[in-house]
Amino acid sequence: MRSCVERLLAALALAGLASAGSAQVTAPDVLVRTVTLEVVGILSTDKEIQAGGRRKVIELIEAKVLPHFNFATMTALAMGQNWNRATAEQKKKLTEEFRLLLVRTYASAIMAYRDQKFEFRPLRAKATDTDVTVHVRVLQTGAQSIAIDYGMEKTASGWKAYDVMVGGVSLVANYRTEFNNVVREKGVDGLIKDLHAKNRALDPGAAERTK
Amino acid sequence: MKPTRHCGLIARARRLAAAAALGAAAGCATVNGDPRDPFEGFNRAVYTLNEGFDDVIGKPVAGGYREIVPAPVRDWVRNFFANIADIFIGVNNLLQGKPVEAIQDWGRFAFNSTIGLFGINDIASDMELEKHNEDFGQTFGRWGFGDGPYIVLPILGSSTLRDTAGTVLDIIFDPVRQFKGKDARYFLIGLRATGQRADLLAASRILEEAALDKYVFQRDAYLQRRRSLIYDGEPPRENHGSRGPATAASEIGDAKLR
Repeated sequence: MRSCVERLLAALALAGLASAGSAQVTAPDVLVRTVTLEVVGILSTDKEIQAGGRRKVIELIEAKVLPHFNFATMTALAMGQNWNRATAEQKKKLTEEFRLLLVRTYASAIMAYRDQKFEFRPLRAKATDTDVTVHVRVLQTGAQSIAIDYGMEKTASGWKAYDVMVGGVSLVANYRTEFNNVVREKGVDGLIKDLHAKNRALDPGAAERTK
Repeated sequence: MKPTRHCGLIARARRLAAAAALGAAAGCATVNGDPRDPFEGFNRAVYTLNEGFDDVIGKPVAGGYREIVPAPVRDWVRNFFANIADIFIGVNNLLQGKPVEAIQDWGRFAFNSTIGLFGINDIASDMELEKHNEDFGQTFGRWGFGDGPYIVLPILGSSTLRDTAGTVLDIIFDPVRQFKGKDARYFLIGLRATGQRADLLAASRILEEAALDKYVFQRDAYLQRRRSLIYDGEPPRENHGSRGPATAASEIGDAKLR
């Protein structure tokens, strides 16, 4: 547990960084809308993707979506209290493996996309906010629309998503129990190993290429 | 209900319980002592049985349905059952003190049943009458009942003590069960289940990929989802508590300062 003063300083530093880069940043709701529509546009026109080209989908995500996510924050949140017990090297490895896993999962999720309509809700936030939730709805027939909410924070390099909530299910919160269980049983290195094994099983080539 | 059928059910339940107890004994090593899930060993055993049942019957039947029945027809089937469900979604909205939503639900039912041809077309959504998601478990939640322990029900899957009570009422009042004629009734119940499973095929593939421990992942997602549904997508933020998805918001605030 850090002292209050340290935390306060860290918060101030963060706020300082954010305001320094605030001159010309795309608003978070505009960012989400632009990226979503661009990706959906490619999904519904690309022949290779429509034929089930998984590799192409992963490339699309890495090029268009990943730059707008803060994976270090995501991993820290999913680790919860265990994050502070990890070494810098372990944190780096965890973030990389978690990033890989999320990209693979995300690829499967958007490959299930079939011309659903999106509704972008207006952002309810003050201009000075550095942590906002952007609300998107996916409309579908014969069922309640699905809410997709992005938790986003303002950083020196623009707004970055640190959590995605689908139908009220937070991705980072959902991984927290899983991560916690593995760390308690096998330690942080055990978790890195498990994530690595999972990624290899999903895509034997990918885990090697990132080394 | 005929007594013979009753006995058969009990015998089946006994066999299932015996199998589950066996599994629970074997699965003790994986129990993590989560306060929300005191029966984890037993639940994991039922979960394994459900997975087996799903592999042998659920997935193949749902997959076949997707292969054989064209997408527009599957939409009709989904809409047809969604329309019937709107009746009790309205009842539950009323019980939760949301009369405007209840009227919307019954308005949907009125329009979709007539102009929408027995509900196979969801024209009410085009008329900006929004579809809601309610059931008796959510109504109990709204009335202040907590989740209670997490329970994995045979076949039906994830639940809690509160939601199990809700599910019993959902089944008792299920309009599909009111259909006269046993064959028609069983056909409709089977068709609805098949369609629902087919709609979840992609989701279960994603679960397979995303989770380190499918049981834990599914349980936590279920508990988060129910909490969100009870509050119609806007659950209050919780400030204290050391674990569990419900406290995510405050922990996110914490971790970012570290």
